[in-house]
Order: sequence, then structure tokens, then C-alpha cells
Amino acid sequence: MSGFLAGLCVAVLPLLAAGFWLGRRTARPETLGGLGTPVEHATFQTLHTASLAAPPLRAGLTEETARKSARRLRSLLGTDALCLTDRKEVLVWDGVGGHHRTEIMERLAGPLETGRGEAFRLRCDHPDCPVRWAVVAPLTVDDRVHGALVACAPRESAVLVRAAGEVARWVTVQLELADLDQSRTRLIEAEIKALRAQISPHFIFNSLAVIASFVRTDPERARELLLEFADFTRYSFRRHGDFTTLADELHAIDHYLALVRARFGDRLSVTLQIAPEVLPVALPFLCLQPLVENAVKHGLEGKTANAGGKCHISITAQDAGAEALVVIEDDGVGMDPVLLRRILAGEVSPSGGIGLSNVDDRLRQVYGDDHGLVIETAVGAGMKVSARLPKYQPGVHSAGRIAQEYSGE
Amino acid sequence: MNSGYAVPAVALVVVATVLVGAFGLRISRTTSDFYVASRTVGPRLNAAAISGEYLSAASFLGIAGLVLIQGPDMLWYPVGYTAGYLVLLLFVAAPLRRSGAYTLPDFAEARLASYGVRRLAGAFVVGVGWLYLLPQLQGAGLTLTVLTGAPDSLGGLIVAVVVVATVAAGGMRSITFVQAFQYWLKLTALLVPALFLVLAWQSDGAPRHAFEEPVTFREQRVVRVDDSLDLQLARPLTVTVTGTVDGRPHDGERVRLPTGTHHITRGTRLAFAEGTAVPDADRGTGGGMSTSLVAGREERPLYATYGLILATFLGTMGLPHVVVRFYTSPHGVAARRTTVAVLGLIGAFYLLPPLYGALGRLYTPELALTGDADASVLLLPDRMIGGVGGDLLGALLAGGAFAAFLSTASGLTMAVAGVLTQDVLPARGVRHFRLGTVLAMAVPLAASVLVGGLPVADAVGLAFAVSASSFCPLLVLGIWWRRLTPPGAAAGMLVGGGSAFMAVAATMAGLPAGGPLHALLAWPALWSVPLGFLTMVLVSLATPGRVPPGTEAVLARFHLPEELRAEVKA
Repeated sequence: MSGFLAGLCVAVLPLLAAGFWLGRRTARPETLGGLGTPVEHATFQTLHTASLAAPPLRAGLTEETARKSARRLRSLLGTDALCLTDRKEVLVWDGVGGHHRTEIMERLAGPLETGRGEAFRLRCDHPDCPVRWAVVAPLTVDDRVHGALVACAPRESAVLVRAAGEVARWVTVQLELADLDQSRTRLIEAEIKALRAQISPHFIFNSLAVIASFVRTDPERARELLLEFADFTRYSFRRHGDFTTLADELHAIDHYLALVRARFGDRLSVTLQIAPEVLPVALPFLCLQPLVENAVKHGLEGKTANAGGKCHISITAQDAGAEALVVIEDDGVGMDPVLLRRILAGEVSPSGGIGLSNVDDRLRQVYGDDHGLVIETAVGAGMKVSARLPKYQPGVHSAGRIAQEYSGE
Repeated sequence: MNSGYAVPAVALVVVATVLVGAFGLRISRTTSDFYVASRTVGPRLNAAAISGEYLSAASFLGIAGLVLIQGPDMLWYPVGYTAGYLVLLLFVAAPLRRSGAYTLPDFAEARLASYGVRRLAGAFVVGVGWLYLLPQLQGAGLTLTVLTGAPDSLGGLIVAVVVVATVAAGGMRSITFVQAFQYWLKLTALLVPALFLVLAWQSDGAPRHAFEEPVTFREQRVVRVDDSLDLQLARPLTVTVTGTVDGRPHDGERVRLPTGTHHITRGTRLAFAEGTAVPDADRGTGGGMSTSLVAGREERPLYATYGLILATFLGTMGLPHVVVRFYTSPHGVAARRTTVAVLGLIGAFYLLPPLYGALGRLYTPELALTGDADASVLLLPDRMIGGVGGDLLGALLAGGAFAAFLSTASGLTMAVAGVLTQDVLPARGVRHFRLGTVLAMAVPLAASVLVGGLPVADAVGLAFAVSASSFCPLLVLGIWWRRLTPPGAAAGMLVGGGSAFMAVAATMAGLPAGGPLHALLAWPALWSVPLGFLTMVLVSLATPGRVPPGTEAVLARFHLPEELRAEVKA
């Protein structure tokens, strides 16, 4: 009997889950039904439809996003046919009368040029064609016409002209937001490029000075350091791909540390503890090296060489389920948490380098807001910076280590 | 059997596993040996880890048990378990690694850019994981019962607690080393006693009738029946009975049972004389599915064998705990090399269980009668060698068996808990991962208490069938067919995997007691895998507009070797 019971449980569980899911999917709109007056109800419905149409348009005006939002927009307007176009062609035709596509595009030339709405009668050979009349409302973002929203109806209607104008304005707002998203992405990309460029001046100067000091006394050492320098700069100036692997990033950090150790000698000690499972994890290019640079700077700050001040940095990378946890810790002067918070919020520009806040921004941009840097610090208590890197994130692909060897420029 | 050695051996394995897991990689290094510290896992180490995670209780105990009951036909199990990696090597390993996916839901999202398909794949990962965890816990319970006479569910409970505690505390950080260690432990635990057993068999005159039908007792043996059962006698049997047979009490009398069915009440002792054939036992109505599957196999051996072959060949690629290990390989070529090494390691391991099965038919035939055939591996050293030597070898085997439960169970729990945390439970975070771990283990633990007498290899076979019908179409078509669409993938997984899942549930409930329908449901892979492929292809062809926009680029990334990709980009 017990076998039967267990089998029954196994069979019923998925059914229950499916039922629960279906119930949640279907119940949502109806729950509003009992609320308020019919007018309020209609308002809710309109707002709900509008909110459903918004997300696809936030990705910009393409064939796919137009297809996803057109049906909602049509039910918002209550017309028989609705069409979205870009400057060249019809992106989607929702509803009846699809044979007017080419005609619409011909008639759109004027409105797309001037950016002003229009209403006109459609020419049609079909005696029983359901749509006879069209309203054109251009979609204008920053004085540039991106496309048009066309609503078709059996007869003239002033209400439809007004409504189409309003909906077009609403769509325009969504497209403006999409534009804003794009420019934000471009800004971050520009910041990444800026960070690549910013790594160098101080560091290059210091490294070359150190190498120069070894040229006479220890030519062999100087040669090694020059090679390390070459490797590091090749990595940081590489052009292709925004992402790298943890293994590659760690190697770059190794080259960097070799140059720093040449300058500071045994004042700087570093320990590593790295789980081999997380080495293939893909991550934004050059997002750990600035953290190490930061740790070196903070660790040695305020500790003069003749006082024998030493700094210890530990770098750990752990395997934590679907994520890799990277922690970089130093035992330096630390920082006032309030000041740090203001630096991360961008209110104060830090004294040197844009390391922490830039890395934080990029991690949030790539992995979402819950994957920013976690920093534990206090004045005189050192600093511990942790980053959680998901092993898989859509759109994050590295050009692996093999790739690097072929990337000579 | 003497538990004085076995219990410390099991405890030692548990402690060693926890310690290697927690401290295997706590070696700090200075920058001077940076290259040692950041060296990626090589194919051989990763292959040992995959093998360690893969070789479960079904392999360690189950195959020998099935060979004991049903003879050489069951050798298809080790063949299928190994050959699954050949299919994985040919069609999936390198593209899957190049896709950058860590779990199967990740792959679904990377290929189809659809959150819905991702969640569906997550649901199947949980389903397959639970089906696979169930026999692990039951095997642990059986092992502990045989060793110490503890109640059935205690062993499962111990494994569940140890696994949940280590996984939830983040103790499986150096999982590659733990699993590799477990592989070599399991191989040693099976190989060393096997050598001694073969020597004992030699000195016993090397009897060769292992696969003759029917199995006979080689010496006089008393069998205690713990659960009431029905004996099917093809010819009359003379046996000494202490207890109740057919409702009539006996006390140490010699009874001659005529041909037909006889009901043996629990607690009865039967003493068989030397040379008697072992009768077929039918464990009545509520005995779980051990006998029901056997019946299906006896009725339609060819169908059952092909069902098994298809499920194991195609199901391996969809096992959630195996797939995540491929992420450790640095690139596609390394993933392929790893798979080749896995084939070697697993192939070597699977030479041993059939040996135990054959010896079991010679020396522990009564286990077929009491339904504890899975325990034959553990009992053989005591039976054939005896004394302290036998006890020590038995302890080694018991330790190896627990290594099998622990490694597979922890891998599965991590995979299931990961999916639960990421795609099912509302918010993310460490606390939710712990909750997910508990949930991942609680369901199969409860089920293992409810379902009794399930032969582990058969139960694992059902998990393979579900995996083969849902993930195999998704992976193979996803990698090799550019017209796959999200609705097609979802429909194929639901129809193929869902029907296999329903068949498994019906089989576990013992719904159709016999006949062709029963065989169809007990070995679903033969119809559910083609059904899954067909649905996926047809629905995809019916929704040509839904092919994800970036498909060409995604497939190029799956198939181009990494160095070419870099050149294209540069």
C-alpha cells in the first residue's frame, strides 16, 4: 500500500504545481473586478493594458518589440487595425485589412518628413473592406521621427484622432526611455574605455622608473620586469571583447603584482587561495585588478618604509554554488565608511583613481543591482572587498585563455 | 555480520569526506607559486571527479543485486551507464562547455533566450534530481540495516543529515577534490575485496555454474522471511519450516510443498537442503515495484532491454549533477578530453559489479527470496571468507557504499538546491540556498520512508528515462538544429518528460499490475524519447516566427573552437 501512496503523491504533486501556476496566471486581472465603480474599473483596465505594452517597447522599436506590444496598443485604442512602422517599412500590422500595408507606407512619406500627424481616407478596391480611414501619429524622439503609429477604422472619428495622438505620445515616452537606456549603456562602455586608459599614467611611470633602477645593477631582473610590463600592458590594452575569464584576470594581477613588488620589495606580501573550479568564470574585463591596486595603495598608505611598515594582501576565490565569491583584503589604514559611501554614490571624487566606484558600476550593470561590491572597512581596520560573480549570465561570454595567445595586435 | 569494523569504516568515510570537502583547498599560496595556485583543473582530475559523482548506489550495490536475481541480461545496466558518456562525448560535451552554461536551465536560456523554457528546465532538474536521490537514501538505509540491524530509514536519514549539513554550510567548496577522492575510494573498496573473493572462489574449486537457471543452494541454508511473500513453485519443494505456511503453523517439520503458489507469513524460517533450487518470490500487492518491474521484464525481455538501453544511453547527458562538472573544464577541447577519460575510469569500475553479481548467485542465492538482493555485495566477504578478514573486507565495502551515497547525494542536492534557490524560491541569497538544500533533501527523504523495497538500479533507471525524454531532445536539438523555437522546446519537454514522469509515477503506484500496458509504463524511454523529439520538432516547425533572433551567433559560439572565435573577433 505504501508504494501506491508514494506513487500517488508523485503523480499529484506536479498537477498541484501546474494548477497553482495556472491559477496565478489567470487570476490576476479578475481580482480587480470587484474594486470600485465601473469608471475606476475601466481606468484600472486601461492602466493595466498600458503597463503590459510598455516593457517590450523599452528595448527600442524593432519588429519583435512592435509585434509584442501591438495587440495591447490596439486594445488600448479599441480600433479594428493598428500598425507600427519605422522610417522604411511596416513593422507589424495587428488586426484586419493587412492588404493596406504598401499603401500606408506610400502615404506615410509626408508625415515622416514633417513629423506632423495626419488623417486620410484609404483607397481600396475591395467593396467590403473593413477599414476605410487611417490616422497617422508620428513617433518623435528628440525632434527625430523614428516611425509612426497608424490606427485604421471603418469611418472618420475625431475621438480616434485624439486617442491615437495620446497613445503615440505615450509610446514616444517609452522610446525615449529606451534611448536613455542605450545612452546609459554607452556611458558605461565609455567608462570602461576610460578606465583602461586611466590605469596607465601613474603606473607606467612608476614601473619604468623601477625597471630603470635595475638596469645597471641587475640587468636580468630588469629584463624580466620589462617582460612582465609588456604582458600586463598587452592585456590591459587589448581591443576585443568586454569580458575575460577569472584565470586571465588573475594572470594580469600576477604581472601587476610583480611590478609592484619590484618597487616595494618585502614590504608587500600577498597570499592567494583560489578554487580551480571557478577559474573559467567569465567576468567584465579588468574588474579585479583595480581592486588589487586599491588594496596595495591603502595597504601601504601611511606606512613609511623606514618605520618598517608592511602590508599584507590576500586574494581568495571560492566556489559557492552557482556563483564565484572573490574577496580581496588588505590590512592597511582602512577608510571612513561614510566617506566610502559618498564615493560609491559618486558625490565625492576620490583622491586617486576611479577604481572602486567604477568596478561597482560595471558589476551592477552586467549582473544586476544585487551583485555590486560589498566593502567592509573602518578607519585603521583594513579593507575587505567582496564580489559575487555568477557562473552564468546571459550575454556574458569570455574569449578564453587560448584566445589570448592569438590576439597579438 | 560483525558491525565492529563496519561502523567505524562508515564513520571514517563520512569524516574524510567532510574534511576533504572543507579543507581540501584551504592551502594559501604566496605569489611566487602563482601559476600553481591558478592552474585550471586538468581533464584527468575532472574526469575522476565526474566519475566519483556519477557512480552511485545503483552502480555500487544495485547492479550486483540485479545480476543476482535476474542473471546476465542485467549486464546491460553497466553497459548503458558507461555508453551514455559516449553519446555525451559525440554530441554534447564540447558545445555545452562552449555555451558557457553552468546548469541545464542556463543552457536553455543561453540557447533559446526564453525565461519560460528556463523555468521548465529547472522544474525537470528538480524532478530528475529527486527521483535519483530516492534510491540513494534507500540504499543507505539498506546498507545500515545489513551492517547493524538498525531500522530501515536510519541510514537514509544519516546520509540526508550529513549531506544537508555539509552542503548548506558551504563545506563542498573543493568539490572537485572530494569527488575525485570518492572515485578512487569506491574503486579501491570494490577492487581489493574482489581480488580476495576471486582467490576464495579459486580455493573453493572455482564452481562455474553461476549463470545456470535456476539458481540453487550450494549448502544447507536457513532463510528468515521478514515480509510476508508468495512463493511460486514450478515443481514440488521439500523444506524444513519453522513458522506459518499457507496459514498452517509448523515447528521444525519437513514439509513437501506441491507445485503452485504458497503464502509464507512473516517471521517464518525456511531451511533449504543442499542443491535445492531457489524458488521465485512474489512480494504480494504492497511490495513496491521491485517485483512489478521484474514481472514486466520477464513478460517482454526484448522490449525491456531496449527501453533500458535507450534510457541510459540518452539519459546521462541530462543528469543535473554531471552537467555542472563540465563547467570546470577550461574550454571545449578539455571537456571532450575529460569525457574520454571518464569513459575509461567508469569502464574500469563497471568490470567489478558483475563479478559480485555472479559470485552472489553462487554464494548468497537466498537474497533473491528475501528481497535484499542489493545487499549481496556487502554480505559476500563474510559468506566466502569469514573471520576477521571477511569482516575487514566487508567494512571496506560498507565504507565504499557510503562514499557512493554521499558523493552522488551531495552532487544532486547541490544541483537541485541551486535550481530551487535561483528559479523557484522568491528571493536569492545565502539563507535561501540553505532553505533550498533542506527542501531538496526533505522530499526524497519523505518519499524513501513511504516507498519500500525499491531495487536501486531500477529506480535510477526511471530517473534516466525522465532525463532522456526531456533533456536529451533539448540538448541534441538545441545544439544541432537551428530551427528550434522556445514553444517547441517547452512542448517537447512537457510531452516527452511529462509522459515519462507520469509513467514512472504510475509504475511506483503499481497501477496496472501486468500486461502490455504495465511493460510500456515500466520502461517508458522507448516511446517517450521519440515522442519528446517529435513534439519538439513539430511544434518548432509550426512556430517558425519564434526562432530567437541571435540563433546563428549562438550556434556559431557552440561549435567554433575557441581559437577560431578569437580570430574572428580580432
